[in-house]
Amino acid sequence: MTDGNGTTTETYERHDFDVIVIGAGGAGLRAAIAAREEGMRTAIVCKSLFGKAHTVMAEGGAAAALGNVNPKDNWKVHFRDTMRGGKFLNNYRMAELHAKEAPQRVWELETYGALFDRTKDGRISQRNFGGHEYPRLAHVGDRTGLELIRTLQQKIVSLQQEDFRETGDYESRIKVFAECTVTELIKDGDRISGAFGYWRENGRFLVFSAPAVILATGGIGKSFKVTSNSWEYTGDGHALALRAGASLINMEFVQFHPTGMVSPPSVKGILVTESVRGDGGVLKNSEGERFMFNYIPDVFKAQYATSAEEADKWYTDPDNNRRPPELLPRDEVARAINSEVKAGRGSPSGGVFLDIASRLPAAEIQRKLPSMYHQFKELADVDITAEPMEVGPTCHYVMGGVEVDADTQQSRVPGLYAAGEVSGGMHGSNRLGGNSLSDLLVFGMRAGVAAAQYVGSLGGTRPAVSEETVAAATEAALAPFAIQGGENAFTIQQDLQQSMNDLVGIIRKAEEVEQALLTLQDLRGRVAKVSVAGGRVFNPGWHLALDLRNMLLVSECVAKAALERTESRGGHTRDDHPAMESEWRKINLVLSLTSTGRLEDETVGLERQPVPTMPTELLQLFEWGELSKYMTPEELEGLPGATKMAPLPESEGA
Amino acid sequence: MGYDHHFRVWRGDDTGGELDDFSVEVNDGEVVLDIIHRLQATQAPDLAVRWNCKAGKCGSCSAEVNGKPRLMCMTRMSTFDKDEVVTVTPIRTFPVIRDLVTDVSYNYEKAREIPSFVPPADLAPGEYRMQQVDVERSQEFRKCIECFMCNNVCHVIRDHEENKEQFAGPRYLMRVAELDMHPLDQADRQHEAQEQHGLGMCNITKCCTEVCPEHIKITDNALIPMKERVVDRRYDPLVWLGNKILRRTPDRDRSSTTD
Repeated sequence: MTDGNGTTTETYERHDFDVIVIGAGGAGLRAAIAAREEGMRTAIVCKSLFGKAHTVMAEGGAAAALGNVNPKDNWKVHFRDTMRGGKFLNNYRMAELHAKEAPQRVWELETYGALFDRTKDGRISQRNFGGHEYPRLAHVGDRTGLELIRTLQQKIVSLQQEDFRETGDYESRIKVFAECTVTELIKDGDRISGAFGYWRENGRFLVFSAPAVILATGGIGKSFKVTSNSWEYTGDGHALALRAGASLINMEFVQFHPTGMVSPPSVKGILVTESVRGDGGVLKNSEGERFMFNYIPDVFKAQYATSAEEADKWYTDPDNNRRPPELLPRDEVARAINSEVKAGRGSPSGGVFLDIASRLPAAEIQRKLPSMYHQFKELADVDITAEPMEVGPTCHYVMGGVEVDADTQQSRVPGLYAAGEVSGGMHGSNRLGGNSLSDLLVFGMRAGVAAAQYVGSLGGTRPAVSEETVAAATEAALAPFAIQGGENAFTIQQDLQQSMNDLVGIIRKAEEVEQALLTLQDLRGRVAKVSVAGGRVFNPGWHLALDLRNMLLVSECVAKAALERTESRGGHTRDDHPAMESEWRKINLVLSLTSTGRLEDETVGLERQPVPTMPTELLQLFEWGELSKYMTPEELEGLPGATKMAPLPESEGA
Repeated sequence: MGYDHHFRVWRGDDTGGELDDFSVEVNDGEVVLDIIHRLQATQAPDLAVRWNCKAGKCGSCSAEVNGKPRLMCMTRMSTFDKDEVVTVTPIRTFPVIRDLVTDVSYNYEKAREIPSFVPPADLAPGEYRMQQVDVERSQEFRKCIECFMCNNVCHVIRDHEENKEQFAGPRYLMRVAELDMHPLDQADRQHEAQEQHGLGMCNITKCCTEVCPEHIKITDNALIPMKERVVDRRYDPLVWLGNKILRRTPDRDRSSTTD
């Protein structure tokens, strides 16, 4: 080994697998289960310990039209809500598959041992959430993500136990490489042939040889200063895909969750679950006004209550009252909070008030929202059963990601798949709460099955890992050790986070985004010269120096797409182009690398591409009046039998 | 607002190490993990620490703060006097890798030794029916974030390396209890709990319960009821009388460990 100064020959740990899954959150684990069940020798490579991935942070639930609480629910209603939430920019096929398959994926978790909260008749209970017409989120209190990851983790263990009984080796078919970071994907010609990474624990390198790689690395939120995301969310999968020749779509759409903690400063950004609002919590400004009634956009006027009286009746009589506007999709609520604060009606710490204390008895709050109670009590000295919380928007999720085939999750690169947050298209311009946990189950499984089929189709001809690529990857990974007297990676990261937060945040304008692009260019130069103190054993400074390259690249993608899209839609709000434009609904912005090589030489290219057109049978699920708010006159004219479209009968859940 | 606080942080690796002194800025509302991050960013960029969510949900940042096992992300600086030295050391029961990071693979090995959930063969997905009151017992244990602090403080292994092989630790004995109390699990786990996972070695000192950041009543709700279930079966009076008459020797695994 060498620290970059010596000339000792590097030794590599080498592994052969059929499928490598990068990331061990919900999508990665579900993909690995599927690949293993298809008979593949599967590796799971994750940056953290097994079972710690960001999925544990999901609180509210997994959206699936089980119809347990309201029997009117079905996949068509779920599909419709998802498309509305994404402002009709979603890949319709993904939204369709998701709505159809989510119930089966959730029920399957019970066969793995999951214990969801129950209805009175013993079925899986479902809760209300923003943008979902019926109670739809299967949940366990407010710790659903933990239940999901633990269940999948324990399913992996049970498969390993099966393998142990058969082969005497727990790891004969699934091996977990925990605290191991992949820095490069390896290709043979145009196909994936493996991956290169390092053990965080000792800094030694690994070379994986495998014809299929599934990216399940989650999001990019660590590029923003105020975020609910952990250190891992550095856009690794997005960047690995770009460097391997794949494309990203919808990167301008970043979800700012409306309710993050704002005080004390050190906890700013930590998530406050939407379940608080789903269970009756309301938002108020400093004047005590329930301000959300002032922010119901035209496209949602039909579905949301216009008075507190009607809104409050909805909780007990949803059939005869419209929903409270606190449960509008997240982009709407986040913008509303932002506007209230800007107008001087914010709370003392720069947020607004979220009040559950005056809405539910203390015991019920503690039972329904135990982690929130705990979190505010321990981190902010606030008793949420007695006083309101202060909340404000926090960067939470990226809708954009690797452009994939809807059915197989395969990217443009043969052998490279993406599932979960790292993939793009499913959520359009804005994701509904609860659709993430179901997304990662549905598409995690699909990616695992498709990767297995691809590997099966190769027969004996497997792509190879060349020694030149391994040598180049080694050099790139060790580069920061060779630089003396350069900057500390932590300082650069803080500057990047501040710029993205200030200039490409929740409200954007052209000059600021242009400024961000200049700053990012400058940061590229600084990252190339970053230097690292210490050695290769568990060295966070070194790890961050490598992650920064990914953060920079995805930040540039976000900024470029944000500058290009001159409208406001979902998770992209342009102060200088506040309207949603029908023409833009037809366009996806696609990003790819036009030149590669060293960090300074990478160039991000942007192209416009048509959004796939929904087939008639799906279009017919919507009322004409609703479609007319999103589509251009030409599109509407082109619809067969458009004028005859009628509302659905009640049994279909209109 | 901000002031400088005296921190002592253990730095070293499996060959040894020492406490290093730092003077570091502390601001209103901060937790110990914030201070460790500030040390990384300003004074010790290679200081190794494991963390993820910084919200008490992932259980990664366990360490011993002034000798007590804590999640660093949930330990507020306001709980210390401004002139009180804060000493941060790695959790003791597991081998050190570097600085505050330990090798917790013991826990993953034990997890693999606990037989998994056995679903009922006659129910298809979607046909499971369970009452809330029946799932709540196991749900309490599934709140576990696997910070491994219960295993860290458990006397059976904290000071007795030799017990690690036959003892699953509170975390995984609780996992056995969780599955045993699952309304639809089909496996019989009581014999194995005693024979394979070392339930009898637990002498209910409740140290695990005291450190649990999720406030799970590990001893009262998982370990003692599990012991009772085992006892109900093993010490049925007739069986007991039979054993007594035949002068059966005591089971090895019934002998409690030293503290």
